[in-house]
Amino acid sequence: MEARNLRNGLLFAAPWIVGLVVFYAYPILASLYYSFCSYDGIRPPRWTGLQNYHRMFFEDDLFFKALYNTLYMVVFGVPLSLLCGLGVALLLNQKVRGISLYRTIFYLPSITPVVANSILWLWLLNPDIGLVNVVLHHLGIAKPPAWIADPLWSKPALLLMGLWGVGGGMVIYLAALQNVPVALYEAASLDGAGILQKLRNVTLPMITPVILFNVITGLIGSFQYFTEAYVMTNGGPEDSTTFYALDLFNRAFQDFHMGYASAMAWVLFLIVLLCTILVFKSSLRWVYYGGENR
Amino acid sequence: MSRVRVGVTHLVLVGLGIVFLFPFYWLVSTALKPDAQIFAMPPVWVPRHPVWSNFWNGVKDIPFLLYTFNTIRICFLNVLGTVVASSLVAYSLAKIRWKGRNVLFYSLIATMILPGQVTMIPSFMIYKWLGWIGTLLPLTVPSFTGGAFSIFLLRQFFMTLPNDLSEAAKLDGCSEIGIYWRIILPLSKPALITVGLFAFVASWNDFLGPLLYLNDERSYTLAIGLQRFVSQHDAEWGRLMAASTLMVLPIVIIFFFAQRAFIGGIVLTGSKE
Repeated sequence: MEARNLRNGLLFAAPWIVGLVVFYAYPILASLYYSFCSYDGIRPPRWTGLQNYHRMFFEDDLFFKALYNTLYMVVFGVPLSLLCGLGVALLLNQKVRGISLYRTIFYLPSITPVVANSILWLWLLNPDIGLVNVVLHHLGIAKPPAWIADPLWSKPALLLMGLWGVGGGMVIYLAALQNVPVALYEAASLDGAGILQKLRNVTLPMITPVILFNVITGLIGSFQYFTEAYVMTNGGPEDSTTFYALDLFNRAFQDFHMGYASAMAWVLFLIVLLCTILVFKSSLRWVYYGGENR
Repeated sequence: MSRVRVGVTHLVLVGLGIVFLFPFYWLVSTALKPDAQIFAMPPVWVPRHPVWSNFWNGVKDIPFLLYTFNTIRICFLNVLGTVVASSLVAYSLAKIRWKGRNVLFYSLIATMILPGQVTMIPSFMIYKWLGWIGTLLPLTVPSFTGGAFSIFLLRQFFMTLPNDLSEAAKLDGCSEIGIYWRIILPLSKPALITVGLFAFVASWNDFLGPLLYLNDERSYTLAIGLQRFVSQHDAEWGRLMAASTLMVLPIVIIFFFAQRAFIGGIVLTGSKE
């Protein structure tokens, strides 16, 4: 019986096991090897030891620029989408009418194609004739920012555009909010708790597992920010939107420095892993598991 | 809840709703304007005498129909591959007790955390070695090994199905594949539809894949075709908005018809355990 289960289990899981070996295990090992090599993708890789890593940390200003730009998006983007996504979800959780219509409106921008969204925002954020600046002008701002044409404003512009896609996280928060048992609120009311106290002591603790989920996925996504920058700015102006993944892509597939790009990929992996572990460790202190879903 | 609070909540929601919808309105309305109105100052809020020429020209310039056909072909193969492979793997993880299934389950999570950049270059080299660059194969074959997200979602769903039925079928001599095909799959239609829809949308929207692997204009998908069009004609906003509208539209339509499947799926993956 046990042997038969093992055989069947492996057979049914075979597609994933094959994929795991071909599309993950081998590429992970290969890219680790490439990262210690000089490799142009045509001639065989030549072992150069730590040279790629040395160059990255001590001789490459663009690498640090890209790292800085990416951290900027993570540090501002993740909390911003947490606050806004949760805020909208809390509004929708008030037993208002037309909730499914609102949910649709807020969710839609997060599933429409990123390329189309980026082209649309390229138009909306146009410094001279874009709708955003026209409206700002109407509101009395004489010199509105040039957004993606200005190195100071390009990242905030992309963050602003990112908020349009906040609905993806919002839907998950809303579902969690609707699962909070009503009895808890009733008990809190009996104890004389007000709205804010209920939010702090009932609502937020109950949805912390979902906050953790959204923070982790948001973190991983932000570190790999690519398509919007590729379509809208291609890294400019003055490398202010050269993000890590874009820089890596250019080095691998334009400059054909595949070894160096592999080293960059591994550094990215370690950074993402470190951040994920830190968030998980901290979550032991702020995530509350004990809801009725267990 | 007090009336004032209800009123304020509604007011905020209506305001936010308008802000969220407005970019879409601007997309479609720009597409319907002749150039004089697109660049008019102050802006023309509602197109006067809307024109369809941007749509015709956009469809002609981009070759929109060819790219749509290419995109749909890739989408179809990915939906097929993802649904078949992911449901098989999820069945193994949820319904068969075997040593090592937990390890395999954790491997799903691990691949979700792993940045795609780590595997990107060696994968490209594998496809190059196989002679697959420029073909649809790198964009479709991987889905036949299942996607981590889809397997995860289906596994969560299969776990909620009671074991009594399959136990009874087993006693009657039904094989594992029979249980999968005759009992589990028919009970899981909503989850399978959700996974299929997500696979369709992901593949319709995918940009990096076609950017890496399609080098012949005739095999472009909409995402890459549209991006190339922007880089060549960056001031032709009417045509760009028309083409973008046509690319967004199928997603909007699908979402309206299958709202529940989308929302249900997101909720299922977001839930703990």
